Amino acid sequence: MTKPILIRNGFVYDPLNGINGEKMNIAIKDGKIVKESIVNPAEAQIIDSTNKVVMPGGIDIHTHIAGYAINGGRLYRPEDGRSTFEPRTSKLRSGTGYSVPSTFVTGYRYARMGYTTLCEPAMPPLLARHTHEELNEIPIVDNMAFTLLGNNWIGMMYLKDQEYELAAAFIAWMLRATKGYTIKIVNPGGTEAWHWGGNVKNLKDPVPYFNITPWEIIHGLAVVNEMLKLPHSIHIHTNMLGHPGNYGFVIGSAEATKDVKIETIKKREQNIHITHTQFSSFGGDSWKNFRSEAEAVAKHVNSHPHVTIDMGQVIPGETTTMTADGPLERGLYEINHLKWLNLDVELETGGGLVPFIYSKVNLVNSVQWTIGLELALLIKDPFQVFLSTDHPNAGPFVRYPQIISWLMSRKAREEALSKFHADTQRRSILATLNREYTLYEIAVITRAGQALALGLSDIKGHLGINADADIAVYDLNPKEELTPEKIEKAFSNTTYTIKGGEIVVKDGKVVQAPMGRRFWANPQTDEELEQTMLRGVSKTFARYYTVSMSNFPVQNEYLPRHNEIKIDATHFT
Amino acid sequence: MATKVVSDAVCTYCGCLCDDIEVLVQDGKIVDVRHACILGTSRFFDYLRPERMVKPLIRVDGELKETSIDEAVKKAAEILAKAERPLLYGWSMAGCEAHQVGIELAEEIGAVIDDTTSVCHGPSVIALQEVGISTCTLGEVKNRADLVIYWGSNPMQAHPRHMSRYTVYPRGFFRERGWRDRVLVVIDVRKTDTAKLATRFLQVEPNGDYELISALRLAVNGNKIPEKVAGVPREEIEKLAEIMKSCHFGAIFFGLGVTSSAGKNRNIDNVLSLVRDLGAYTKFVIFPMRGHYNVTGFGQVLTWETGFPFAVDFSRNYPRYNPGETTAVDVLLREEADAALIVASDPAAHFPRKAVEHLAKIPVITIEPFRSLTTQYATVAIPSAITGIEVEGTAYRMDHVPLRLHKVVEPPEGRLPDREILKMILEHVRALKTGAGQA
Repeated sequence: MTKPILIRNGFVYDPLNGINGEKMNIAIKDGKIVKESIVNPAEAQIIDSTNKVVMPGGIDIHTHIAGYAINGGRLYRPEDGRSTFEPRTSKLRSGTGYSVPSTFVTGYRYARMGYTTLCEPAMPPLLARHTHEELNEIPIVDNMAFTLLGNNWIGMMYLKDQEYELAAAFIAWMLRATKGYTIKIVNPGGTEAWHWGGNVKNLKDPVPYFNITPWEIIHGLAVVNEMLKLPHSIHIHTNMLGHPGNYGFVIGSAEATKDVKIETIKKREQNIHITHTQFSSFGGDSWKNFRSEAEAVAKHVNSHPHVTIDMGQVIPGETTTMTADGPLERGLYEINHLKWLNLDVELETGGGLVPFIYSKVNLVNSVQWTIGLELALLIKDPFQVFLSTDHPNAGPFVRYPQIISWLMSRKAREEALSKFHADTQRRSILATLNREYTLYEIAVITRAGQALALGLSDIKGHLGINADADIAVYDLNPKEELTPEKIEKAFSNTTYTIKGGEIVVKDGKVVQAPMGRRFWANPQTDEELEQTMLRGVSKTFARYYTVSMSNFPVQNEYLPRHNEIKIDATHFT
Repeated sequence: MATKVVSDAVCTYCGCLCDDIEVLVQDGKIVDVRHACILGTSRFFDYLRPERMVKPLIRVDGELKETSIDEAVKKAAEILAKAERPLLYGWSMAGCEAHQVGIELAEEIGAVIDDTTSVCHGPSVIALQEVGISTCTLGEVKNRADLVIYWGSNPMQAHPRHMSRYTVYPRGFFRERGWRDRVLVVIDVRKTDTAKLATRFLQVEPNGDYELISALRLAVNGNKIPEKVAGVPREEIEKLAEIMKSCHFGAIFFGLGVTSSAGKNRNIDNVLSLVRDLGAYTKFVIFPMRGHYNVTGFGQVLTWETGFPFAVDFSRNYPRYNPGETTAVDVLLREEADAALIVASDPAAHFPRKAVEHLAKIPVITIEPFRSLTTQYATVAIPSAITGIEVEGTAYRMDHVPLRLHKVVEPPEGRLPDREILKMILEHVRALKTGAGQA
């Protein structure tokens, strides 16, 4: 049994409980946050947080850390593995990698930054076992995986016929079979078209053979998501991502779910999460007249509370792009001619990778760098925009502290901007934005907002009674002047990270690495409906998959510490 | 008589990992196997063949003598804990759970850990690290491919159900008429049994693959080629290039004929580039024909744990990868290894003679269900249960699809899963290192 902990005298930022930098004590017992009166200080470990910032543990709503794509990246980029290494110690395993880090060091690095919950956003159903195997070897953090369902043959066929109930029963079965957390959509219909080397070009462009439009897929899956009352909303990577002039897809996708009523067993305010929106906020109609359309996107988000986004902030330098959007990666290869990896998955999805260098002398990359920041600064409610780099697509997660410094300091942005391509300011309004994020707002976009959007705000992303004791203590005194350097340094390494009531990081060093939990959603639909669905689906399996249906579902052995969210979805409203 | 049928069992012979096998078990013994090929059937039937090891063996005065599992583990741990440059090799016929413990052990003792990829598709891996790869899961080929090319590989002998389950013969969603909807092309140095089934057969001169691939790339990209390349006439090459460009979905499956003939990784680099070039015209994918059932799995596990797919050296306390230096054969040829642990593999039967000579000089520990040439060299030979027949586990198909291996029968008495044996060794090594195991 771990000792109770008392965190004393810190400046606490806990937006979900409306606490904005108040000096408070936090008491921890049995992995949970408890009333201070329950913990006897004489028996507790005391953490003196005087002049330090205390926040809930960080949450990353979108980070490629486990499974076929990231492992493909590690496998075909030994140069990335050779660039960075961490030796083994008496308590820790070794590892390598910067943009595609190996599993053990992924957990350590996140924990050192005060992050304790991670979402792997791209799990192909057929390869789900692989994702879980890797998640089991990412220590410390709680985690979950989003099941890729936006190009699924069976799903598309049901939705085409507007068989929403059967579609819901199928998606419920899929989430159970893959032990997934939510419905992930990547380039709806476009990835299927890519299996013939094509793509879909607009929201009304029908998918080859399946004859369903991206709009119908997005709308249909949003409906199904709410029928199943899932904790998180649909989580979408929009069509034509990474193409000039694509910002209309953010607005169009948001419009597709506008009328879908939110129904969830948890608490959330959005019915669509549009991920790494930087890549979808491009203006112009070619790379020549490429410009930022962050303002238009932000304006739409500001007037549509049913939408949340994450930044997908670009970090200058080398990284590895990876996505289930097959045609996008081929396009990147045709731009930079670096090595291209493609992996399509039968009946379900695809995947591609290309190494990428975001260059400050490149105008397009420079404008891209401004877009993520513009989105964060222009969207008024921080509960609608979350910090991300779409790790590692726009940059590795270890660079989050730098993004925080850019958001909190106009000076830091100006200084950075001066080093980018000289024409950047003609294509972006970043230089005119005065807003500086407060620590309270940083706590929203790195934990509280993400917890709420994920439907986990009952136990994650806050420091109220009964919340999981996942806490970060940063060496930052809000009463002093917060220079960009200080901010970046403080958020890079915590003074303490506490995970599930255990101290896992002290003074920037990992002191122990317990295993986290896997969250997954298990909606139960009507039994008869499920049987009807299974009769049809089992035929498709037998004919077109190359594995037996009985061997498809992920066994419980692959989730040694799991947190099932059971949902009664037997009655649809 | 107690009879049961285990359905949808996974065959643990080759990289096809066929998962539709029916095994009939009577009184705890396998009596019938359905759906498997001749190789898979032998895997299920021969699990109790006479070569099956019964007791742990330990070498005393030059003779292998029976001993207890505890003694064998103790001796193995002593050898490994003392070694300055231990080599941990094999792994391709073991489940991923064993791989995980094996890698942890390698890290603990600062070993070089390598698998059979090193002497098999290693050059393919090196090539895809140079140029990438366009690939997919096998169901994509089954449902879509109208052109299937086997190059330097002979599935009729080596992967007997590959064509019937995944590529040429099955009916697919967009290929309702099965083989009638597809063209099969074989490129090989001789007319193999696979070639006999092909619509087109191109006979390439031995070691001529690089030239032929280059000629195809030239033809695909609209350039002139000589009258004859690597023994293949210009017209045939141009015709094939045309077929490749005009198909809707093409797939190349290459074997060691391309990987291990002259040129090695350069051949693969070239053929991967050919497939990438074809992407400008149509959909094209390519696969290495992986041999052992879980050689793909070891590469996956080692990659996610260390960042590298084979030949990892932990001697500096962090993973280092440098094929040619950290590969098993090279560590033996340089006579560096001073102890070896061999798991689920038989390097004595497959390594170059000089490497085996060094293996014979150093203490060797084997963890293997069957007696092999390598177990004959062993200082400690520990028998294990067979994953996929007697123990559950995880394996990755040649196209990276992970499958849960079934347990069909109970392991014979005293035969532990390899992962358990490895765990015991690891714990003992740790105890020795902290001094607690000295008593």
